[in-house]
Amino acid sequence: MTLALVAIVGLAAGLLAGLFGVGGGILFVPTLVLGLGLTQLHAEASSLLAILPTAFVGTWRQRRYGNVDLRAAAVVGIASILGVEGGVVVAEALPESVLRRLFGVLLIGTAVQIVWRSRRGS
Amino acid sequence: MSRLVGIGLLAGFFGALFGVGGGIVIVPLLVLGLSFEQRRASATSLAAILLASAAGAVTYALHGEVKPGAAAFVGIPAVAGVLVGAALQQRIPVQRLTIGFAVLLTAVGARLLV
Repeated sequence: MTLALVAIVGLAAGLLAGLFGVGGGILFVPTLVLGLGLTQLHAEASSLLAILPTAFVGTWRQRRYGNVDLRAAAVVGIASILGVEGGVVVAEALPESVLRRLFGVLLIGTAVQIVWRSRRGS
Repeated sequence: MSRLVGIGLLAGFFGALFGVGGGIVIVPLLVLGLSFEQRRASATSLAAILLASAAGAVTYALHGEVKPGAAAFVGIPAVAGVLVGAALQQRIPVQRLTIGFAVLLTAVGARLLV
């Protein structure tokens, strides 16, 4: 995949993420694996970095609308640090093929969740 | 408070394991477990994700797993995408896009399963 195409997919990922309320990560990871040939682990690690600008912009905007519960976000965010350590250990321990397949299941599960959410009209 | 901590632990683990923000875990738990209204849950989740993803990125970077150039290649255009999406939100047939998006996710998921 050409670099230009990867950038376009990145743009689309941001667009879809903004519209459907899923983080860019769900699209970044397969783009990096299938488009740039990264290993599943490197793609996931890089995706977390790629998410930051989008999450920042999104949070900034929501803050201005007054939608963010800062205290809750802080507690969840800080508590997540411990969870992150565990997640990294497991991700690094799993074979590439298993991690990739698990991610495939995640994508399908997310698709189901999106359709279900739209049915509920929210 | 303890529920928020639990959500954070789960989201952090999930996010780092899959390289995603964790919103898929955080939003439903805020709505169902703490009676957050949907929009507030989504917004709060975004803020939490900022912290969780930063923690994940830093940890992975310390382990040498992050490719910053690759991250920039998808991450920076994505910011433009989010801003474009926000601007077009009123004009985009989101309902119709939903099925298409779900199909795309399923197709990519199936591709990774093979």
